[in-house]
Amino acid sequence: MGTSPEFLQIQGLTKVFPNSGAPKVVLQEVNLSLHACDSIAVVGPSGCGKTTMLLIISGLLPSTRGSITLEGEFISKPTYKMAVVLQEYGLFPWKTAKENIVLGAQMRNIKIPAKTLGALKRELGIEGLDHLYPHQLSGGQRQRVALARALLLNPKLLLLDEPFAALDTITREHLQNHLLTLFHHRNFSFILVTHNIEEAVFLGRRIVVLNEHTSGIQTIIDNPGMGQRDYRERPEFFQQVLLLRHTLKEAE
Amino acid sequence: MRKLPVMPYLGTILVVICLWYVFSLVLGNNLLPGPLPTFIRFVEEIGQAWFWKHIQSSAYRILAGLACAFLTAVPLGLLLGSSRRLDRLFTPFIYLSYPIPKIVFLPIILLLFGLGDAGKIILIALIIFFQLLITTRDSARQVGREMIYAFKSLGGNRWHFFRHVVWPVSLPGIFTSLRIGVGIAVAVLFFVESIGTRYGLGFYIIDAWGRADYPAMFVGIIGLSGIGIVLYESFDLLEKRACQWQRS
Repeated sequence: MGTSPEFLQIQGLTKVFPNSGAPKVVLQEVNLSLHACDSIAVVGPSGCGKTTMLLIISGLLPSTRGSITLEGEFISKPTYKMAVVLQEYGLFPWKTAKENIVLGAQMRNIKIPAKTLGALKRELGIEGLDHLYPHQLSGGQRQRVALARALLLNPKLLLLDEPFAALDTITREHLQNHLLTLFHHRNFSFILVTHNIEEAVFLGRRIVVLNEHTSGIQTIIDNPGMGQRDYRERPEFFQQVLLLRHTLKEAE
Repeated sequence: MRKLPVMPYLGTILVVICLWYVFSLVLGNNLLPGPLPTFIRFVEEIGQAWFWKHIQSSAYRILAGLACAFLTAVPLGLLLGSSRRLDRLFTPFIYLSYPIPKIVFLPIILLLFGLGDAGKIILIALIIFFQLLITTRDSARQVGREMIYAFKSLGGNRWHFFRHVVWPVSLPGIFTSLRIGVGIAVAVLFFVESIGTRYGLGFYIIDAWGRADYPAMFVGIIGLSGIGIVLYESFDLLEKRACQWQRS
């Protein structure tokens, strides 16, 4: 496990949307850091700025104030070091599964050897789906294709915006396990935005709770049990779930 | 490869022939020749090289008009649909000029571009241009925020955005507009071929009408309909090939 504290640094992050009436402060003075090969789950009430924070970190949305550095480099636009998986998967309906997966590499003029692509598809269990369009895939398959696209260029940081929200419980748990396996094998860090308490406890080594009223971080919960495959069946998992539930109620 | 809908076409043709026959009995053969004499005349005409020259001239003018409209309206529509600033700049011009019936410009266009093919093609293109422009612009506007985020996160540039996002999003709308454009082009063609030409199915119909040769007039109408159907089906086929994600 890496311990470099400066892998991702978020300092004084503020986002104000200029509404027609009063400007809406979504994030205010958010400070956060992430180690290499570590994970953070971000939770909070609807509209507290979880997705906005993720979009700013990814360089897709400009911040009003504050700075984000990844391995010491300021982030103001998307970089190949980061990959994003969006809530609705972000797959292009007019591209086949394979075309979706390789699009980022294609646009960046990076040749992906067939062997590498084949191994990634095998790892994610999406072989044989190459010529299918997103609407021909199940929710779980779509999510795996989106993950394959995100992981193709070996990003150091994966940003996930409620990636399993639209899936049934069994598929969701299956994919959570899969994400954990990929996390262990591929040595990336990830930030997961979710409204699912169990998911946050299962996947976040630290759980950041955002407060809707202060537009900042209410608390950060350490979750040392994260990373164990059988964590869901352990008593400490249920304790963490309970703790997070109480904290979330306070954050509302 | 998509099969042509032969049976529906045959069924429709049969219904039209039946109605046509009934009307020809009611109105009398002098005013409305029946389907059989018209069909016999049609077979005679398609054996003549000059009849094919009429078809060729009309098809060329429609295709050239559609191509000109496509090459100018589609790129501009894609640009306006993906740039709010440009759209704001051009919208007043489009909204002011779109409702003007372009057919009234026929004399001016013929004066400027002559009585040859150029003037006729430009008028067809001008009429189709606006509806193609507006449809393309509106289709390009359908690119959602999530799609834009997904695209940008993959590191594409503006050209990639047009190629991989705006173009495919707009394609179905463009094909719909082209199909509608075929009908409009055929109608406009009839007008423009009534002036300054001796070739084209519009001229053929007007000429037959002037000679009170009604079977020939209907042969011309069938010919124009034929061009319309071939083009309509061609665009349908092209759409199926270019937008495979829609049918799969």
